[in-house]
Amino acid sequence: METDRAMKSSQAPPSTAPPLLEVRELGKQYNGFTAVAGISFTVQTGECFGLLGPNGAGKTSAIRMIYGASPPTAGSLHVFGLDITPDWRRIRARIGVCQQDNTLDPDLSVLQNLLIFAGYFGIPREQAKRRAKELLHFFALDKKSDAKVGDLSGGLARRLTLARALINEPELVILDEPTTGLDPQSRHLLWDRLHALRARGTTFILTTHYMEEAAQLCDRLVIMDHGQILVEGTPQELINDHVGQSLIELTGTQQEDLQRFLQEKNVAFDVMGERLVIYSNGDTALEQAIHEKFCSRECTFRAATLEDVFLRLTGRELRE
Amino acid sequence: MIQLSNLSWRFLRVWRRNLIVYRKIWKVNFMVPLLEPTFYILAFGIGFRGLISEVSYDQHPLTYTQFIAPALVAISIMYNAFFETTYASFVRMYYQKTFDGMMTTPLSLEEIVLAEIVWSATKATAAATIMSMVLALLGYVTLPQGLLIVPLAFLGGLAFGSVGMVFTGIIPSIDMFNLPTFLFITPMFLFSGTFFPVAGLPAWAQTAALGFPLYHLVELSRYCCLGLIEGSILVSLGYLTVFLLIFFWISLVVMRRRLIK
Repeated sequence: METDRAMKSSQAPPSTAPPLLEVRELGKQYNGFTAVAGISFTVQTGECFGLLGPNGAGKTSAIRMIYGASPPTAGSLHVFGLDITPDWRRIRARIGVCQQDNTLDPDLSVLQNLLIFAGYFGIPREQAKRRAKELLHFFALDKKSDAKVGDLSGGLARRLTLARALINEPELVILDEPTTGLDPQSRHLLWDRLHALRARGTTFILTTHYMEEAAQLCDRLVIMDHGQILVEGTPQELINDHVGQSLIELTGTQQEDLQRFLQEKNVAFDVMGERLVIYSNGDTALEQAIHEKFCSRECTFRAATLEDVFLRLTGRELRE
Repeated sequence: MIQLSNLSWRFLRVWRRNLIVYRKIWKVNFMVPLLEPTFYILAFGIGFRGLISEVSYDQHPLTYTQFIAPALVAISIMYNAFFETTYASFVRMYYQKTFDGMMTTPLSLEEIVLAEIVWSATKATAAATIMSMVLALLGYVTLPQGLLIVPLAFLGGLAFGSVGMVFTGIIPSIDMFNLPTFLFITPMFLFSGTFFPVAGLPAWAQTAALGFPLYHLVELSRYCCLGLIEGSILVSLGYLTVFLLIFFWISLVVMRRRLIK
């Protein structure tokens, strides 16, 4: 029920233009293992679309199919209205990809990384130089122009990777975990730049493990697990539909009484080891009651976040 | 499936990337082919002079140094191409993930593989050219016929580059390149009419040597350097061409299987 509602509300973006990306029943199997099991979604021009899910959910497999590095084994995939299988070259000329691994060329300097990459796109030399200069400036890499890539810190390398992904002025940018492993400063700088690019109308597809990042950047997102899409919607819709506005977290004793109390009152909750999460959904009377009766010790009343949705839907057990 | 439609002149952009990296340390890259023949000629020329008076090749008496000089060029072509598409390409593919990055651009895997092989042939040609110039100065290569080494080195480079690429496509870890080096490159290095004429081998070994691509490269190299050949120019050229086409094809198949998942 809830899932249906989320789907419907997000299926009608304001524009009626053909979608920039259309994925239908897309599947990927290798060596008998199903990495992606029939997913469908669309992304409109100018949107930032998030693909979320635990490790091994099939995000990177899906992303690799979108940029034509991995042939789909089922379903269809259209980017800019073009079919990925015959038209992968034309599609790649118009997209930029920031991969999860560092694929910068360590044999080349920072500037050369951009210029040589521009060459792969067939961008004329003068234009490439101009564009590289702009991008180095945009990502505050001006002073590192002649540095060796191997000497760059993680944050600088990621900025350069993103700069490189933008060398062909892509209409669609694919970011696979762009901020994983970065310090907060680097992460905020990157977010800041992504916001600036969004303001210019660039379309984004993003995978991330940081729910705060997804909530901040994505207009719409899907949560995947085991190769399938569990839910789709805007961050706020997903929060409202799956965990409500607010929740209570408590640890320690008296849980049995509390659980009985919650069951009587028909209130949703999850038990996670020592912790109990109660989806109070803005019911102040209920929160008051729980506070008085059960919160002798650790009790946290807080607003629900996308992370709560994520954990509720994909479970708490470790994946790897 | 291999799609030849995925091959275009765009491969030259990847080739250019390797050239730019090569030029960064061109002095080191030039030093080896410049010094290597000099060392060999000195060692063998002086060392074996007293032991081996002359070698008969194509019914011509040659000094031992004259006999091995063209083989050194052929060996250098083999080494330069084979080690480029094995160790060097493997590092780019596996450790540096350079190919993964390239595959987000309008380049196909087929173009990347072709570029690596053509690059290895280019490197082999540069080394062979420098080497023959040194050997010509020392009097072991006759000019202008010796200039034919340039196209020959490119052909030989493509052949050995292709077979190296096949190993890169199937090898699980970089240490395992020791195996093809030990089982394939080293026997060829020794038994391809390089340091002694194959005529000195038992009949079965002579026949086996005919199957070695290096044997044909050495034959052709002697022809380029000295104008002498015991076998047939056309057979050797044909052998190298067919060898190259077969292994280029296999390299595309195994690299696709390895990288396109």
